[in-house]
Amino acid sequence: MLKQTPLNATHRELGAKMVDFGGWDMPVNYGSQIEEHHVVRSSCGLFDVSHMLPLDIRGANVRAFLRRLVANNVDKLQVSGKALYSCMLNEAGGVIDDLIIYFMDESWFRLVVNAGTAEKDLAWMEKCNADWGMGLTLTPRRDLAMIAIQGPDATRVLNEALPGVDQITASLKPFNAAAMGEMFIARTGYTGEDGFEVMVLAKSAPFFWKALMEAGGKPIGLGARDTLRLEAGMNLYGQDMDETTSPLESGLAWTVDLKTERDFVGRQALEASEVTRQLAGLVLLDKGVLRSHQKVFTKNGEGEITSGTFSPTMQQSIALARIPLGIAPGEEVEVEIRDKKLKAKVVKHPFVRNGKIMI
Amino acid sequence: MSIPADLKYTPSHEWVRVEADGTLTVGITHHAQDLLGDMVFIENPAVGRTLAKGEECAVVESVKAASDVYAPVAGEVVAANGDVESSPESVNQDAYGAWMFKLKPANPADVGELLDAAAYQKLVESEAH
Repeated sequence: MLKQTPLNATHRELGAKMVDFGGWDMPVNYGSQIEEHHVVRSSCGLFDVSHMLPLDIRGANVRAFLRRLVANNVDKLQVSGKALYSCMLNEAGGVIDDLIIYFMDESWFRLVVNAGTAEKDLAWMEKCNADWGMGLTLTPRRDLAMIAIQGPDATRVLNEALPGVDQITASLKPFNAAAMGEMFIARTGYTGEDGFEVMVLAKSAPFFWKALMEAGGKPIGLGARDTLRLEAGMNLYGQDMDETTSPLESGLAWTVDLKTERDFVGRQALEASEVTRQLAGLVLLDKGVLRSHQKVFTKNGEGEITSGTFSPTMQQSIALARIPLGIAPGEEVEVEIRDKKLKAKVVKHPFVRNGKIMI
Repeated sequence: MSIPADLKYTPSHEWVRVEADGTLTVGITHHAQDLLGDMVFIENPAVGRTLAKGEECAVVESVKAASDVYAPVAGEVVAANGDVESSPESVNQDAYGAWMFKLKPANPADVGELLDAAAYQKLVESEAH
């Protein structure tokens, strides 16, 4: 039996094509993935991301717990509502998950973790909570639905759907959140556009979704979510990183805080490890489509594509690939696609940001 | 579900039209394009290439995935549709108009082994369950 989000019936009413997405019955598109992709870049798209898990951690020691649990430094979070992106590592320095941490007050932090890793994450955190004697309460919030509103018109659509919310959205900076009772509004997202991720009580989700549609938001499936995030150069857990890879070889060194003396899980392993690979952007110069697991041949040795797709914005194929160090943007490499070696160029990512092609 | 009665089909979701001169026009079915989603890249076999029955001979790629296209019968490629290569989305818009290649069958009797519309319909229905 597939798991369903509170918006499952809404997706079906809208004629979505539903697929098994890691055990969840989710909309992959509502007609055309490419059209949906362009909607997010040009106006405003709505995503049901309720399969992801919001998780509240409460208690006196939350900050101390998170200082030890994650690789980024939660001491960067000093203002209520501020968000931080981080990896949670195992002792070997591999990535258990990537997550967003919202600081609400000293006894309440909210985390949002990936759908496919939620149970594993929760078990790991509970174990750490017990082992370290932290005495915290971890509450999975499956009673909440999460809707992402993304695109240049996101603010207008949210303001129109929720009269009065402009008092919050007008002053809410990127990567910050505000809570109003059970409603939680974060200016975050996964598309490279301005936008919000809003959590509401599950029973309110269908009504809220329809109000957002009335205001001009268009439903977007998980298919377009993947092409949008890849254009935005953002990692996907399970493809671009996992428990066997270091964040330092996954383009996430910027999220790993090695400057402070803070001792966090995985630090020793990271410091002892030799970084030999990098996560680079690729643009295919020949015709075809880059896909994950295709081999990449560089002057310094072989690499592998971790995520690849056709970019609807750029009208050519793009990818993230883990390749040897020492290959700079601008250099050409070869990718093996069905026994042929095709030319690709290494580029800096993101590929697209705020609707503009960056390379 | 669109399955024209005047065409023949393969279990791997190619459609085949038998032309008056005995050549076969080949494309992928409406059902196949619906499963794959938005097409973004198509590569046809080279004209003059000789194919065995069931040989991988073309590739269709949607945003989602790559899929092989197989030769419905043995034969020689006598034409390839450049229009679908430059406009892959035409397969989504009109799967039976956007043909991919034409084949001169090695043995015209092989055409008899292809599925008719009713048999293909059954196959699609059985795959849906």
